[in-house]
Amino acid sequence: MPNALSIQQVSKTYASGAHALESVDLNVESGDFFGLLGPNGAGKSTLINIVSGLVTKTGGKVGVFEYDFDKQVEKAKACLGVVPQEFNFNIFETVENIVVNQAGYYGVSRADAKRSTQSLLKQLDLWDKRDQPSRTLSGGMKRRLMIARALVHHPKLLILDEPTAGVDVELRRSMWDFLRKLNEEGMTIILTTHYLEEAEQLCRHLSIINQGNIVEQGSVKDLLSKLHQETFTVDAFTDVGPDVLQKLQAFKARSVDANTFELNTSDEQSLNDVMRILDVAGIRVRSMRGKTNRLEELFVNLTHTKHV
Amino acid sequence: MNNHQIFIAYWTIARKESGRFLRIWKQTLLPSVVTTGLYYVIFGTFIGSQIAAIGGYSYMQFIVPGLVMMAVITNAFSNVVSSFFGSKFQRDIDELLVSPTPNWVIIAGYVTGGVLRGIVVGALVLGVALFFTKLTVHSWAIVIGFLLLTAIVFSLAGLFNAAFAKKFDDTMIVPTFVLTPLTYLGGVFYSIHALPPFWQTVSQANPILYMVSGFRYGFLGLSDVSVWASFSLLAALCIILLFANIFIFTKGYGLKN
Repeated sequence: MPNALSIQQVSKTYASGAHALESVDLNVESGDFFGLLGPNGAGKSTLINIVSGLVTKTGGKVGVFEYDFDKQVEKAKACLGVVPQEFNFNIFETVENIVVNQAGYYGVSRADAKRSTQSLLKQLDLWDKRDQPSRTLSGGMKRRLMIARALVHHPKLLILDEPTAGVDVELRRSMWDFLRKLNEEGMTIILTTHYLEEAEQLCRHLSIINQGNIVEQGSVKDLLSKLHQETFTVDAFTDVGPDVLQKLQAFKARSVDANTFELNTSDEQSLNDVMRILDVAGIRVRSMRGKTNRLEELFVNLTHTKHV
Repeated sequence: MNNHQIFIAYWTIARKESGRFLRIWKQTLLPSVVTTGLYYVIFGTFIGSQIAAIGGYSYMQFIVPGLVMMAVITNAFSNVVSSFFGSKFQRDIDELLVSPTPNWVIIAGYVTGGVLRGIVVGALVLGVALFFTKLTVHSWAIVIGFLLLTAIVFSLAGLFNAAFAKKFDDTMIVPTFVLTPLTYLGGVFYSIHALPPFWQTVSQANPILYMVSGFRYGFLGLSDVSVWASFSLLAALCIILLFANIFIFTKGYGLKN
């Protein structure tokens, strides 16, 4: 089966002379849940807009399933559903019309479009708002409307550019469940996000892009295995004195407050050793938690290294 | 996309565009009717009664076709320029640009909206004229042909303008500084034969003169210029503007980064 998305040596230089993408190669397998991560201005949206047909690439090739974007653009676009980062619908149009019209642009008959729209708006809790102008929706509803609009023609590849930006935790979780369900049903999903927890929760493969270049890509598991260090925060029932921290020197333990401290563990070190030292010192541990998202550490390491 | 899907895409855009101007009819249909009604009262009745007949027709009868054409030109242009620029401004044009709808279908959909508004306003303005004067029709085919071609030309021109416009001001420059002067100097209110020879020659460089004259010929059988020259000019403008629009859509000028 062909890749859902094949990007070969794609570059983009804007009229201002700014190089948004250097020479990007990226492959997304059919059925994958793929994350594209990177700091602001890294080139994520440019790459997605090139695939969507909203930005003209300077060089390289884009393939969507078996279709070459330059030679079979209509067939390639028919496979795509795009949820952009910014709200981009007519603020005077009703919710239902926005979705039904979008289906029409893909050649879906009005009767079929209305059926699909009803189903999607119900799934995304927007059916009650179907007759309201889109400008009256809350931010979360607008995000869901963009998802419904992108799905109405049943695309094989869904591209979401920061779909949960500005969305509250509860709604974000329900959107994750919805996206997981779509993926389980066979839809390939590409996601850009600033929430690294989101990428870790949802994606099977990741690419990290920085300054217009892919700096790392692979499965989430492989990428995380490259992270050689994790930081933990430990809360004790009693004060943790300098003598105890001294015993944990191999873990670079440092005090946060009287009964809280942080430590680092590398690939070779075991938390059992930490617990044993604390036990001998008579320190009872109340709780222990990873200080940062693991992926976030990897992300910061990679993008920081590149900057340096 | 197969032909049926292409038709659905076209129909969706045309329906959306027509629904838009009908929904806000107080902004889109009414102003031209009121303005042209005032022209009929002031120029046609008050002043026109003191002006001699032109080619055997009263001044009121003479100016009606020109005023109808003026309304068609203004409305066809402004419908497309404001709708398309509005879509660019709100970025909902992306809905079309990410879809497989071919560029020529997008152009046809927007032009259909402009043409329909031009025709609806033209019919309303013509209807109002019947309260002031009787109208004769020399040739329905010429009336309809010029009406359609003119509406298409100015819808295409509006689309071209909107594609390049970066701010709302840019959509007002052509109507204010190009269309209005050319329309007023395009023989709406006078026959160019009433002008000195030099200004007659200058007037012949004004494309709107050909549209007004051709349309008037359809009603009265009177024309300042050859009807075939007018028809040829309109057809040529249609083709040039169509290809210009297809070119900018294909290249993405003003639409894509």
